Amino acid sequence: MSQHPTTYVPKSAFGKWFESRLPLAGLIHSSFIAFPVPRNLTYFWTFGAILAFMLVAQIVTGVFLAMYYTPNAAMAFQSVEHIMRDVEFGWLLRYLHANGASMFFVAVYVHIFRNFYYGSYKAPREVLYILGVIIFLLMMATAFMGYVLPWGQMSFWGATVITNLFSAIPVVGDTIVSYLWGGYSVGNPTLNRFFSLHYLLPFMIAGVVALHIWALHVPGQNNPTGIPIKSGKDAVPFTPYATIKDIFAVVVFMLFFAYWVFYMPNYLGHADNYIPANPAVTPAHIVPEWYFLPFYAILRAIPDKLGGVIAMGAAIVIWCFMPWLDTSKVRSTAYRPLYKQFFWLFVVVCFLLGWLGSRPAEGWYVIASQICTAYYFAHFLIVLPVLGFVERPLPLPNSILESVMGVQKVGAGVPAGANAEPSSKG
Amino acid sequence: MPNALSRKALKTCGSRFCSMLESHVAETTTHVAEPTRRDFLYIATGAAAVVGGATLVWPFVQSLAPDAATVAAGAPVEVDLTPIAEGQIVKVFWRGKLIFIRHRTAEEIKAAEDVNVASLRDPQPDSARVKEGKAQWLIVYGNCTHLGCVPLGQQGEYHGWFCPCHGSVFDTSGRVRGGPAPINLPIPPYTFASDTKIIIGQEATA
Ligand code: HEM
Ligand code: FES
Repeated sequence: MSQHPTTYVPKSAFGKWFESRLPLAGLIHSSFIAFPVPRNLTYFWTFGAILAFMLVAQIVTGVFLAMYYTPNAAMAFQSVEHIMRDVEFGWLLRYLHANGASMFFVAVYVHIFRNFYYGSYKAPREVLYILGVIIFLLMMATAFMGYVLPWGQMSFWGATVITNLFSAIPVVGDTIVSYLWGGYSVGNPTLNRFFSLHYLLPFMIAGVVALHIWALHVPGQNNPTGIPIKSGKDAVPFTPYATIKDIFAVVVFMLFFAYWVFYMPNYLGHADNYIPANPAVTPAHIVPEWYFLPFYAILRAIPDKLGGVIAMGAAIVIWCFMPWLDTSKVRSTAYRPLYKQFFWLFVVVCFLLGWLGSRPAEGWYVIASQICTAYYFAHFLIVLPVLGFVERPLPLPNSILESVMGVQKVGAGVPAGANAEPSSKG
Repeated sequence: MPNALSRKALKTCGSRFCSMLESHVAETTTHVAEPTRRDFLYIATGAAAVVGGATLVWPFVQSLAPDAATVAAGAPVEVDLTPIAEGQIVKVFWRGKLIFIRHRTAEEIKAAEDVNVASLRDPQPDSARVKEGKAQWLIVYGNCTHLGCVPLGQQGEYHGWFCPCHGSVFDTSGRVRGGPAPINLPIPPYTFASDTKIIIGQEATA
């Protein structure tokens, strides 16, 4: 930062004493106060802060729920009803936690599609991005195991269907599944271990988030133009600019969150989960939580058990290869007229898959799921690599400053691609 | 190799002292090219750490397996067939797993037998799925072989079972006839103790 010192100098004597022993204040200063952020960031860049807030919210509500919850197959359902009826504000804790999981996924999907749109996964942010995919996988595992805890019908059958995915593995599949269950079917040992892991995984997420932020602070944030900070004029200091904006966004997001919690707390759940688990009867229409639906649709689109499981896993793993599948030298879709259309088509296909995942697996729904699944993979394997070669990107601005202030101040634009960097460096 | 580097440096130096040192270094270098006792110790320590680590992981993984109480609860169960009416399907549990006992009607048996076995996904004649002379009793595991839901009885194209989860279809012999399920509903081990009583979890050899 031009107008800020890059090295932190403690003012008080205690500060100096402490800083020379553990430079914590300096780390906070360089990461969250003096850290230069591009001056043109939009509200799409506040979802990282929203996600951090949601993780803390889930941990705080979860730790309190765990004080009143009983992880035993004979008592779990009752203990959740006990939380709802008897524990002071138990209903609020549970509704915050259950809807919080959904809000967490709303935020993470916005965050992920922001990365897709602005090419934030490209060099030099590949490691940062792949750490994000790992966080997403851990979130999925955490949410899945959390949903099992109330031990209702959807909990039980969701657990049965998802753990059975592993039985598709040739030869050792059935052994793996009985080791997941700790028995011959989903039962009390399964509930116990899921509770243990449901408590553990969020803290592992917190650990990966720390790496994620560390990796972010090496190249710095991407921005709507996709071109890097070139001078101090392209950036503003994190505090107060980003800090205040992030806090404001978190507050607005909390209003959205509160709307669900106070006005339709059960809308995102399933009524069947208020029926205690019954291993003899499967609910007529079993569907996962909304945030898993697109992947569930991909699973069902493939008429082969192992094939379906592989396709579902590949649907996420393929994200990790995006930095290399995307051959375009231009990061931001704002300068990629052709890709922009494919991007939105991809978004539509993802929503369609989500909707199809909520439909029964019959008739034309199956065919539609198959077409969407094929397109989903084609987007990564065909559209991304090919467009980089055939597309003519729009001229990029010379700098972030120019994109904000207008060209007349800084001079004419440059030919397409001239400001794009080779993918090997930042 | 630090030795090789310093040897080069000593050579370019040129002084008598350096050349003396150089010949010394050259000697040690030839020794170093052979595997030394230290190399052996490195490998032995590394191997011990890997084996030790793997040995330590084993009890943790093994603790996840079905425990002794669960295995003990898998003792055979007796089921009285007299109350099960023709056309009825009864659900029982053995080892925590759901089992269907289906008292098949004459048409259901005929439908199961009149099938071109070769055309099936998991080819098995009906006779291989029931005990001899007891074709009216079909005893199968009650979880869909796709992802474990409980299929609904007397439904689907073949009036055997239909799985509501992802649409697998089973016939009146519990054989898969459509949908994503890869294999037939498996047959649990069981034996007829008498004409009206079966023991699930015990094979006929006794
Ligand atoms: C990544 C963060 C987390 C996510 C996404 C998450 C998700 C969920 C979900 C979806 C449920 C089911 C809610 C319902 O339908 O009732 C649940 C339940 C539960 N979670 Fe979490 N959770 C997280 C963190 C935690 C933590 C850190 C703890 C404990 C320290 C915890 C403790 C519980 C308990 C005790 C329940 C059962 C009570 C209930 O069902 O409301 N959770 N969680
Ligand atoms: S579990 Fe029966 S079809 Fe999937």
